[in-house]
Amino acid sequence: MDVQIWTFGIVGFTFALYIGIAIWSTASSTKDFYVAGGGVSPLANGMATAADWMSAASFISMAGLISFMGYDGAVYLMGWTGGYVLLALLLAPYLRKFGKFTVPDFIGDRYYSNVARTVAVICAIIVSFTYVAGQMRGVGVVFARFLEVPVETGVYIGMLIVLFYATLGGMKGVTYTQVAQYCILIFAFMVPAIFISFQLTGNVVPQLGFGGTLSDGTYLLDKLDGLHKELGFASYTEGSKPMIDVFCITLALMVGTAGLPHVIVRFFTVKNVRDARKSAGWALLLIAILYTTAPAISTFARTNLIQTVSGKEYSSMPEWFTNWERTGLIQFDDKNADGNIQYVADAEKNELTIDRDIMVLANPEIANLPNWVIALVAAGGLAAALSTAAGLLLVISASVSHDLIKKQIKPNISEKGELVWARIGSVIAVIVAGYFGINPPGFVAAVVALAFGLAAASFFPAIILGIFDKRMNKEGAVAGMVVGILLMLFYMMKYKLDLFGGGTQEDWWFGISPEGFGSVAMAVNFVISFAISRFYPAPPEDVQEMVENIRFPRGAGGATH
Amino acid sequence: MSDKSMKAYWSRNLKYLLILLSIWFAVSYGAGILFVDQLNQIRIGGFKLGFWFAQQGSIYVFVVLIYVYVRLMNKLDKEYDVDEK
Repeated sequence: MDVQIWTFGIVGFTFALYIGIAIWSTASSTKDFYVAGGGVSPLANGMATAADWMSAASFISMAGLISFMGYDGAVYLMGWTGGYVLLALLLAPYLRKFGKFTVPDFIGDRYYSNVARTVAVICAIIVSFTYVAGQMRGVGVVFARFLEVPVETGVYIGMLIVLFYATLGGMKGVTYTQVAQYCILIFAFMVPAIFISFQLTGNVVPQLGFGGTLSDGTYLLDKLDGLHKELGFASYTEGSKPMIDVFCITLALMVGTAGLPHVIVRFFTVKNVRDARKSAGWALLLIAILYTTAPAISTFARTNLIQTVSGKEYSSMPEWFTNWERTGLIQFDDKNADGNIQYVADAEKNELTIDRDIMVLANPEIANLPNWVIALVAAGGLAAALSTAAGLLLVISASVSHDLIKKQIKPNISEKGELVWARIGSVIAVIVAGYFGINPPGFVAAVVALAFGLAAASFFPAIILGIFDKRMNKEGAVAGMVVGILLMLFYMMKYKLDLFGGGTQEDWWFGISPEGFGSVAMAVNFVISFAISRFYPAPPEDVQEMVENIRFPRGAGGATH
Repeated sequence: MSDKSMKAYWSRNLKYLLILLSIWFAVSYGAGILFVDQLNQIRIGGFKLGFWFAQQGSIYVFVVLIYVYVRLMNKLDKEYDVDEK
């Protein structure tokens, strides 16, 4: 059977599954809508968190990104997993004990101020929108390649599906679809990895094949380092970024992960504090399966690619090459007109440009795997993009219906009324996200990675200090959040969007890239919060008592208003 | 819970956090970034050790750290009688 039919079949089946789950898990109360009723098991929540967390970027782009970055790719691997240690140890259990619906809820109550709450809502919306636009784009790209429809049509179909299950089921629908999506995406990621690992190194475990030997007896990584040297690229196992930047990017991604509202809110859905801790363990274990496989795929794909194309005749290229050439993601320009492909580091002589996003998607084709595997990868990419998009949309809708309308504008709104607003909020969020997916403004691609810096610079210090520093008051926290996020936005706009005089790499402060600057902005936030808070009175008695109370597990009830 | 046992419970918790986060820092920022060049002199199979920590080892340690934390805290909660029934 050809790839098209397989793809329609598998993708169609997964979509039917998501819709089925949505109908089965319709939300009937705000508690269902915001925290899935609050009784999700640790394993189910771990799977949902993993799917929520692993976006189109993790599934589609990351392995490709690493295969072009070599060692430097470690910033993503460590950055996007190490954050869970912070989350499990410093945030999840305490926030679960606190027992409310959203992150701005915690900020608003802990800092006894609606100003703090509103600042948190704005931060949550900025972070979530920068992130969700990339997801909708990812859905469009997968559709465009595998179902040969225009990117726009792909985005519309994705919007419809998400709209259906997020609006109907709220957190409850999203949780159980995410469980299904985790299973699909991890299966789709592992199958080609195992095939290719076995083909190249004879080892079925990609994590071991990564350090294994090729058929000629040389180690895979040595072989790749050798190929890189021959073609003039930097050695694969050594980096080219300065150490301070690697350090700061890793830190910003870790802390940003722990501060992302759509991840934190997942821990409000479990029964109690013990389950919150346990489900953080499950989540990281399930994420680690993909994250330890990805760098192995990167080396397999890179080696395969170089061996297939380098110095070969253009006319002898396999079918996948022309398929991807048609999408414009592979470009060949025969500069010296010899009919062969020169793929080298020297930009003057290099004739081949490859979009890094296609490495995972094209991998099964490059390795000649059966058609059903190719179709499976398409379904996995869609599962990854849709699950993350849905989680983000819920954060946006809850920010509007719960943190703004219920908590500030109309405090005596009925349960039913709030639920209606939550649904309206999610519809609007889907439409805005879809708009950005279809018309991606140039800056979206540039800022998606920076959503982490924004989360690190705003939420993380406010939450940590709220738990670990009883003396922290609203003046300190608000000043910290405002200065942190503004500083991060300023640096981002200056070096990414060329505003405020712009600048190049040489002008970066301490040699730190915008991606890594979240670490600096976070440190500034901590210092400012701490300094300012000591000039103002300690928080009221009842708030201090609340802090005492979230520090031990007993008595955690269900999440309430 | 009395103030005194609350203080003791909290300081034990902080001690665990300090130890676990030191390991967290050592495997990722230490072995994977700051000392990566030195560790790369050592090889295990096809891997240079620093490279392995950066792209594999640190992630395995992260998973273990969370499970160790869960066990320690469940025990501590019982000891101070603040666990969930």
